[in-house]
Parts: sequence; structure tokens; C-alpha cells
Amino acid sequence: MSTELSDDEILGKAYDTKLMRRLLQYVKPYKKIVVIAILLNILVAALGPLRPYLIKIAIDDHIVLKDYDGLLLIIAVLFGALLIQAIVQYLLTYFTVLMGQKIIFDLRVELFSHVQKLALKYFDRTPVGRTVTRVTNDVESLNEMFSSGIVAVFSDVFVIIWIFIFMFSMSWDLSLVAFSVMPILFYATFLFRKKVRETFRDVRFHLARLNSYMQEHVTGMNVVQIFTREKQELKKFSEINNDHKIANIKSIFFYAVFYPFVELLSAVTIGLIIWYGGGEVIQQQISIGVLVAFLQYTEMFWRPVRDLSEKYNILQTAMASSERIFKLLDNKTFVKEPDNPVQLTNVRGEIEFKNVWFAYNSGEEVLKNVSFSIKPGERVAIVGATGAGKTSIINILTRFYDIAKGSITLDGTDIRCFDKRALRKYISIVLQDVYLFSGTIKSNISLGSDKITEEQIIEAAKTVGAHKFISQLPNGYDEEVKEKGATLSVGQKQLISFARALAYNPQILILDEATSSVDTETEQLIQNAIEKLLIGRTSIVVAHRLSTIQNADKIIVMHKGELKEEGTHQELLTKRGIYYKLYQLQYKDQELIKTS
Amino acid sequence: MIGSLSNLNKYFARYKSRLILGITFILLSNIGQVYIPLFLKESIDTLQKNISTGIIQKYVLLIVAASLFSGIFRFMIRQTIIVISREVEYDLRQDFWAHIQRLPLRFFQNNSTGNIMAHATNDISNVRMFVGPAVMYSIDTGTKFLIIIVIMFSLNSSLSLYALLPLPLLSFLVYKVIKKVHIKYTRIQEKFSDLTTSAQENFAGIRVIKSYVCEDYEIKKFSKESDEYLKRNMDLVKLQALFQPIFYLIAGISGIIVIWKGGKMVIDGELSIGVITAFIAYLAMLIWPMIAFGWVANIVQQAESSMKRLMKIFIEPYDISDNEEANNTLFEIKGEIEFKNVSFRYRDDLPWVLKEINLKIAQGETVAFIGNTGVGKTTLINLIPRLYDTVDGEVLLDGQNVKEILLNTLRKNIGLVPQETFLFSDTLANNIVYGTDNDGQELIDKVSDIVQLTKDVEQFPHGFETILGERGITLSGGQKQRATLARALAIDPKILILDDSFSSVDTHTEEEILKQLKNFMKNRTSIIISHRISTVKDADKIFVLDKGAIVEEGTHDELVEKGEIYADLHLKQLLEEELKEIN
Ligand SMILES: Nc1ncnc2c1ncn2[C@@H]1O[C@H](COP(=O)(O)OP(=O)(O)OP(=O)(O)O)[C@@H](O)[C@H]1O
Ligand SMILES: Nc1ncnc2c1ncn2[C@@H]1O[C@H](COP(=O)(O)OP(=O)(O)OP(=O)(O)O)[C@@H](O)[C@H]1O
Ligand SMILES: [Mg+2]
Ligand SMILES: [Mg+2]
Repeated sequence: MSTELSDDEILGKAYDTKLMRRLLQYVKPYKKIVVIAILLNILVAALGPLRPYLIKIAIDDHIVLKDYDGLLLIIAVLFGALLIQAIVQYLLTYFTVLMGQKIIFDLRVELFSHVQKLALKYFDRTPVGRTVTRVTNDVESLNEMFSSGIVAVFSDVFVIIWIFIFMFSMSWDLSLVAFSVMPILFYATFLFRKKVRETFRDVRFHLARLNSYMQEHVTGMNVVQIFTREKQELKKFSEINNDHKIANIKSIFFYAVFYPFVELLSAVTIGLIIWYGGGEVIQQQISIGVLVAFLQYTEMFWRPVRDLSEKYNILQTAMASSERIFKLLDNKTFVKEPDNPVQLTNVRGEIEFKNVWFAYNSGEEVLKNVSFSIKPGERVAIVGATGAGKTSIINILTRFYDIAKGSITLDGTDIRCFDKRALRKYISIVLQDVYLFSGTIKSNISLGSDKITEEQIIEAAKTVGAHKFISQLPNGYDEEVKEKGATLSVGQKQLISFARALAYNPQILILDEATSSVDTETEQLIQNAIEKLLIGRTSIVVAHRLSTIQNADKIIVMHKGELKEEGTHQELLTKRGIYYKLYQLQYKDQELIKTS
Repeated sequence: MIGSLSNLNKYFARYKSRLILGITFILLSNIGQVYIPLFLKESIDTLQKNISTGIIQKYVLLIVAASLFSGIFRFMIRQTIIVISREVEYDLRQDFWAHIQRLPLRFFQNNSTGNIMAHATNDISNVRMFVGPAVMYSIDTGTKFLIIIVIMFSLNSSLSLYALLPLPLLSFLVYKVIKKVHIKYTRIQEKFSDLTTSAQENFAGIRVIKSYVCEDYEIKKFSKESDEYLKRNMDLVKLQALFQPIFYLIAGISGIIVIWKGGKMVIDGELSIGVITAFIAYLAMLIWPMIAFGWVANIVQQAESSMKRLMKIFIEPYDISDNEEANNTLFEIKGEIEFKNVSFRYRDDLPWVLKEINLKIAQGETVAFIGNTGVGKTTLINLIPRLYDTVDGEVLLDGQNVKEILLNTLRKNIGLVPQETFLFSDTLANNIVYGTDNDGQELIDKVSDIVQLTKDVEQFPHGFETILGERGITLSGGQKQRATLARALAIDPKILILDDSFSSVDTHTEEEILKQLKNFMKNRTSIIISHRISTVKDADKIFVLDKGAIVEEGTHDELVEKGEIYADLHLKQLLEEELKEIN
């Protein structure tokens, strides 16, 4: 967990060649727009610095020489230049934003698709909120860079180049004087960057902490309230909130110093120009118009520099974001896929576990040397104390996790030789942890698959006995389901997730405590109903209520990660082992009835 | 202030003196700044008159001094106003959280996490941008604007008139554009919130998605949403991209007018070139504030929609809170519970879940509720700690209506184990002692023993210090359930409510827990909900719920004797063979 947390501390350089190169890969498809943007940029960049030059001509050649008609001509040219600049500027903004939006669209979808492929191991360790941030906010901060940062930097560079050209063409020695403060500026920027980097790390870190705290406590607010921990939680929250504030306030200082300092440097430059240029005007080496133009150029030149810290911020955020995004894209916590997957056709459903060892974290074995086999169409039950490893058996059978040692085969082929998604298509699982999505009852049963018809949905709901309550809802199957199914009873949620498994009409059905929160009547109803469904299909049932599994062809008894007993209900009873004890516990009161 | 943003006044009021100081700094800094073009003008005019360089040097020094003066105050502006914005952000978020914490369960069931998070992060940060940068720039711009206009007029009033001619047009255009931007911006925010919610739900439900191989469908759905988001953004950009060019254009036209009309005046000998230079410098000074103004207008728009959304949450009623008649001398609860004609439904347009429930639970009794899925068991027990309030009738605790007992007192005395487990991604130990200030190992050991968690924990390499995955994901179903049970026991409650808390626990372990609990629950009232006869059979009283009403009540033996619903249930849970033998 700690390694993941440090993700939020990733600082990134403001400019990192490797990252940039990788980011540029995403620009490639939009080469055309880039070319257009650059051309427009060069045009706009030239038009801005052209104006002081025109003004210089106006002053020196027309105003000073009292040539009003000439002045009018220049005015017309000035106006034309301005108009073109405005139009081009509009197009430029539009196209660059378009490009930025398209790039982040690509990146966002790629990232989302990538996350879909990650193994559950990743999700076990990473809070949902963090992954959400990658896909939403982190990608969004790239948008800012693509649509304003990069383009602005481009146009700034061109503007500066043009200013250089105009200034040096008018007076090179005055230009040298004007640029003499540059080294100080560079040094100041360097210092500023260093300081801001540090505070930036702090701010990011505290922001991440704040977000994950809120995320988690919004989800678990009922626990906070039931235990009346509001006061304590508010205190905890205000500490985190306060740290975030302090980190931010610290960073303000550097900006507060930097901006006015740059401003001061610009004033010094103006002073130098007037002092040195003034002397030259007196000596008639340059005209008054040149001096005025230089003053304007100075203003124009310092503007981008002044914005630099702003852009620096954008760049820094974007670089840090992209580093985190790429880190997630480079996260290859996949369950391995075979190079040449064996085709899966006509699955019979013969499953065999051979000396399987498994651990979620290496060294902490959860399953130890488990072996058993299931014939096609057989009904198998797994029982055992909580934490014995029942869910884990299912997790490895569907290749949510890969085993450490041994092998699992389906119809005689190691499941690692199949494409895992092809494999899962033959298996339906009712997970122990029920999860419903916001949407409708219908969409929760079909999960958006268009292969499942409305009739099939209703059929499945009827089989699990959910039809009755669903049809009583105001909108029936179209009734809105809230996030996590918050407005349904727990049993109802379980029934819906059961119906989902049936609607998919699987060859292999796995039920992990699928009816643990369902009443007995409904449970029996389901059992009778799926009896027919299960003919010719393999099924694996995990249950604590023995009444639900007594008809199984085979019962597997797990204890502390080991397979302890195996056989039919009768066989296990005569063995007088763990199963017998469980059985006794559950039915000893009924024995009483028997004897009475 | 505009619309919903006026709700910020109370925050501003807190920092009034510093805010005023900040505004003063802005004024001072601007005074320094506007002097620079004046000195420029003087120096250019001096140059034209061709006098010695000495005077020029004086002006050079003055320019630098003015900039230094202005800079010092500029530093202080940020140290006051931007700092205040962070303070207000802090206050606002603090208030937001304090408010959220008091909202009823209903709110959290009807609003997605992603949505609430969007308010807490993006919306508050948008408002912060308004409080800080936007306020700073708009005051800065406004004052600078006024000062500059005054100076310009004092330099040459007719030239100023000409130069400022395009301004009304500017205001008009800005007004037009901003109005439209607002709507479009809101639409973007909504889509972003959808996007966040989609991602959030997808990642939280990834196990289901993988099980049913829905990845491709989910990706398609997500791209569609992203695409819509892109479209809405572009729709806004079409307008927003107008801002900068408009400002350039208007300001540029002013500059051109200065050259044109001013040039004519110079030609006619009415004006010096120095004044033109000063005018150009002033216009340059104005153009950036104006562009900043466009930017500010944007921020204000965003802040305005964000604040509106925040206010929607701030006005959410608490529904469940202490009322005035609450008895604030009562801190002890004995644990006698009574329901009097209690009826409940979740919404007016939904059917009644509970209908005129009447029941009594004596202090120290253990009672059980049993009933079909969705019959209203959870609903019923949620009324006791007031997670919901009754619609009709009343719930009494020790003879007192629960609405008249301080919420704090009420809930502190009730240990409720919700049907759905939730654990924080903290250590197991911290999760167990979550509800109490006592975090001693002794307590942890004691409750863990009762819920049979100790032997599981012994197998964890880090024992009780194991950090759980989000929502306790790295525990087995039964381990999670027992950890939440332990958490409820740790607060030493007078009333213990177990909502189907053994559903993921095997019978053997359950039996052990129930045995231990019996001891622990001596003199405490306990309520157990379960579908298993084995869990409820030893209760002092069993209530059978059906169709929103209590249809049977009595002990296990009485109910079996009675031969109706409960007895039927009992039979059904017998194994078939047993049945054969009985018959
Ligand atoms: N994702 C995980 N990461 C690490 N450890 C895990 C994870 N899931 C389960 N475990 C551990 O593995 C062991 C076996 O868990 P499993 O979920 O297989 O038990 P189970 O038999 O299904 O129990 P239950 O009846 O309580 O559901 C437990 O000790 C549990 O803490
Ligand atoms: N927040 C809610 N908003 C609207 N309806 C709800 C809400 N919570 C529950 N319901 C409905 O009220 C009824 C009773 O639900 P409740 O959760 O009390 O059932 P339950 O008896 O606890 O069932 P289970 O055995 O499945 O836990 C159900 O029909 C359910 O759909
Ligand atoms: Mg399990
Ligand atoms: Mg319930």
C-alpha cells in the first residue's frame, strides 16, 4: 500500500524528455492540426511584434515629419494586422483545444481499457478513488497542458524570436543593453523552480490524503454515524484539511516573491533602455521612434516571461500527472495470457485440481496442496469454516488469481492455456460480495449484454424468486437502481445478482454463498427451480447452510486451506469427521424432535 | 455579489480586516505602477527637448523606485488575499464536511459517492479560485483601470475619450458571451461528474465485470461518455475562444486610435510624443487587466455554478437531529424497547414497508426477527438508532420517544451491526476499536475472542496490525462480518442489534459466538435478525414478520407448536432425510 501511496508524491520535472516523447506519441494522429497550429502560430507571433515597428514608422516618418496622409496609411495597415491577428487567434485557440480534447479522449479511453485488464491483485491493493483520479483528474490536467500550455509556449517562443529580429534590426547595441538583465532572470527562475517543486510535492501529497479520506468516509458514513464518531472524525478531517491549507499557503510565498521580482527586473530594463537609449537619442544615433518601439518590445517580451511561472505550474502538474498515468499504463499486473491460447469449444465442464498451492501474498499460503476432480455435469459443494479458503478456490478457478504450484485443468487442458476471458464466458459466478451498478434492475441482470433478451431476464428473475418483488416496484424491471443498490434490501440484491448468473446461461455455475441472505422459502424455491437448469451442467456451490447442499454429488470439506474430506453427504456422515460435526451442530435441535 | 456567491459573505466577514488590508495594498501597489508611464512620458519629452542626460538618470531611478514600491505591496497582496482564499477554502470544506456528516442515511443512499466527491473537491476548488485570484485580479483591475483613466484624462481629455471609445462595446460583448458560457459550462461539469461516477462504479464492481466478461461493453460505454464530454467541451470552446481575440481587438483599436488621433494632434502641435508613449504604455497596462478580466469572468462563472451546487447540499435538511424537546439530562439507557403503531415507508410514492407495528422488548431480553427477504427487518431495526425516523407512530426506549433522546446518547448505547459490512482501510485493530476511545489490546482481545476472530488473526503475519484493503477487501466474507461484530461489541452497548450478522459465518463458528455472546449480553437487550432457525431458536422471543406486520410472536417451542409460518420454516430447514424419518 505504501508504494502505491507514494504515487501521489510523484513530482516529475517540469520538463522530462522521456515523458514528453511519450506524450507526443499521442499527438501523432493529429499531425495535421499540429502543422496548422504551428503555421498559425508563426503568423500570429509575427503580427504582434510588427505593431510597435509600425508605430515606430508612424512616429519617425509621419508624426515627426508631420505627414498626416502617410499616418492614415499606417493606421490602416495597423488595423488590418490587428484584425487578422484576432481571427487567427480565434482559430488557433479552437484547433489547439480540439487537439487537446482529442488527445485526452484517446488517453482516457486507453487508460480505462488498460485498467479493465488489470488483475484483481491490483484492485486489492489500490483504493478505487486513486484509480478514478488517474482516469479523470490526472488526464484532465494533461488537457490543460495540451490546449494551453504547449501552444502558449510555442507562440511565446515565436514571439520572442520575432521580437529579437525586430529589435536587433533597429539597434543591436540597445538590444544588448535591453537583454543584459537576462542572466539575473534565468537565475531567479531557476531558484523559483527549485522552491516551488518542493512545495508542490507537499500540496499534492496532502490533497491526495484529503481526497482518499473523504472518499472512504462518504462510503462508510453510516458506520461513522452509528458509532457517533462525528466529532472525532471531524477532528481528523480538520487536521488533514489544515495540513493541506498550510502546504498551499507555504507555496504562496514563492509566487508572491517571484512575480514582483520579475516586474522589478522589467522596470530595470526599461530604465536601462531610457538611460542608454536616451543618450543615443541625444547623440542622434537612434530616433525617438526606436526608443518608443523598444519600450513596447520590452513590455511584450516580459509578458511571456511573467506568465512563465503560471505555465511552469501547468507543465509541472501535467508532467506529474502523466508520470502517474504512464506508471499505471506500465503496470502489468495481469494474469498471464498464453501466447497461443487453446480454443474453447463445447465445454463439458470436467474440472480437476492437482496439488494446488496458492497464496495472495507470497509466503502466506491460503490453499495447501488441494486436489480434487469434478466430472462433467456434477454438482459439487464446498463447505468449511470461515476463512478456510472456499472463495479462494473459486478465485483461482476463474483465474482471478494465478496459482503458485500445481495445476487446474478444464476438460483435460490446463486453464492457463486458455484465453482467460474465453474461459470466463463459460462460467457464471454469484460472488459472495454482491455488487450492483447504478442503472435499472434490467441493466443489472443483463449487464448491458444485448444477447440477453427481456424474456430471459424475466425468466431468470422468476427462477430466483425475484420476479414478485420486482414487479411490485413502481417501474418494475425499469426501476432505478442506485449506486451499490442502496435502496434494495440485502437479500433482494443477492437475488438480482443470482438472476444475473442464470441469465448468462453458463456451462459452469458457481455459487459462492449465493443465498446466504435469502430466506429459506425463497432458497428452496430457487433450489427446486435450478434443479432442471443444472442438468448437464457443472456446478460448484459454497454454502454454510447444509440443507442447501445435501443433494450434491460430492461435498468437499476445507479446513485451514487444506482439503480434509471428500465424498457424498452419506459417506461423510459415516466418516464421523469434520462434516459430521458441522452437521451435528446444525441439526442437534432437530434430533431432539426426532427423539421426542 | 452575484447570485449564489453571496453565500460566501459570511466567510469574507471572518477575514474582513485582512481583506481590507489586502485591498489597501492593491491600491498602493497600483499607485506605484501607474507612475511608471508618467516618468516615461517625462523622460521622452525631456529627450525631445534635448537637455542633459542628468535629468534622464533621475527619471530612470524614479522608474525603478516606483516599481520597487509597487512590487513590495504586490508581495503583500498575495500574502493577504491569496492566503485568505486558502483559509476560506479550508473553512468552506470544513463546514461542508461537518454538514455532510450530519446528513441522514437517506442522502447517502440516493447520491453517488462520485457525485459527493465532485462537490468536495472540484466545486470547492472552483470557489477558492473565485475567492483568491478572481477577487484579487478584479479589484486590482478595477482600481488600476480607474486610476489610469483619471491620469489619461488629466494628460489629455479628448485623446482619452477617443481611446476609450471602444470600451462600451467591449462590456456589451463580454456580457453577451458570459451568459451563454455559463449554461455550457454547467453542462460540462455535469458530464465530468458522470464520467467520474462511471469510472468509480466500474472499478468498484470490477469483480462482477470480469466475471461476466463485460469489459468491452464497459469500454464502449465509457468512450461514449468521454466523447460526449469532448463534444460539450468543444461547444464551450467555440464561445470561450472569442474572449481573447475580442480583448485584443478592442484594446488594439484603442492603441490605433491613440496613434491616429494623437499623431494628428502632435502634427498639429497640440501634443507631445511623450504623451503618446505614456498612452501606449497605459493601454498596454490596461489590456492585460482586461484579458485577466475575461479570465476572471470565467472563474466567476465556474464559481457561481459550483457554489450553486454546493448550496444544494448545504440546504439538505438534517432530517434526523436533536429537537428542542430532547431530554438533555438523560445519558443512561436501560434498554427497554417499544414500538407503538409504527408505520414506515421510504417515499410517499412507495408502498408501506411497515404497517402499524406494535411490540415490546423488555430490558435484558434477547429477541429475534425472522421473515422473508425484503419484508422490512432491516427497516424496522434502523428505526431504533434513528437511521430513519418513523412516518407514523413512535419508537420508545425506556418509555421515552427516541426522538426525545439526544442522538449521541441514543447511538452510543446501541451497538448496531449493519447487514452490509464496511471496514476502513486501516489496521484491523483500529477497525475494532473504531467506536470507542479505548484502544487497549485487552479490549481488542476480549471482543475478538467472543467473535472467534482470534484464531484467524493468529494466522495473519501482522496480526491485528494487518492493514485491510479498501472496505476490508482482503478478508474473507466471514472474517469481515466478525470484525464488524467485534466493533459493535467494543463499545460496550446496552442494546446490541445484529442484522443477519452470521450469514457468512459457518454454523460451527456461529454456535461458538452465540455461546460467548450469551455471557456478554447478560443484562443487555439484544436483537437478532436471521434467516437461520439455528440462530434464533434460543431467543426469549421470536417475532415473525410478514407483509409489513408481525404475524407471530413467541418462543421457538411455542411457535413450532403453533404450526404456522415459523413451524413451516423450521420444517423446511430440516434435511430431507430427517423429514423422512420424522414422518
Ligand atoms: N484478496 C486477498 N488478499 C489477501 N488475503 C486474502 C484475500 N482474500 C482472502 N484472503 C485471506 O485468505 C484466507 C481464505 O479466504 P477465503 O475468502 O478463501 O475464505 P472463505 O473460505 O471463502 O471464507 P468465508 O466463509 O468467510 O467466506 C483468509 O484468511 C483471508 O483473510
Ligand atoms: N432506502 C430505500 N429506499 C427505498 N426502498 C427501500 C430502501 N431500503 C429498502 N427498501 C425497500 O423496503 C423493503 C424492506 O427492505 P429491508 O431492507 O428492510 O428488508 P429486509 O427484511 O431487511 O430484507 P433482507 O432479508 O433481504 O435483508 C424492500 O422491499 C426494499 O426494497
Ligand atoms: Mg468466502
Ligand atoms: Mg435486511
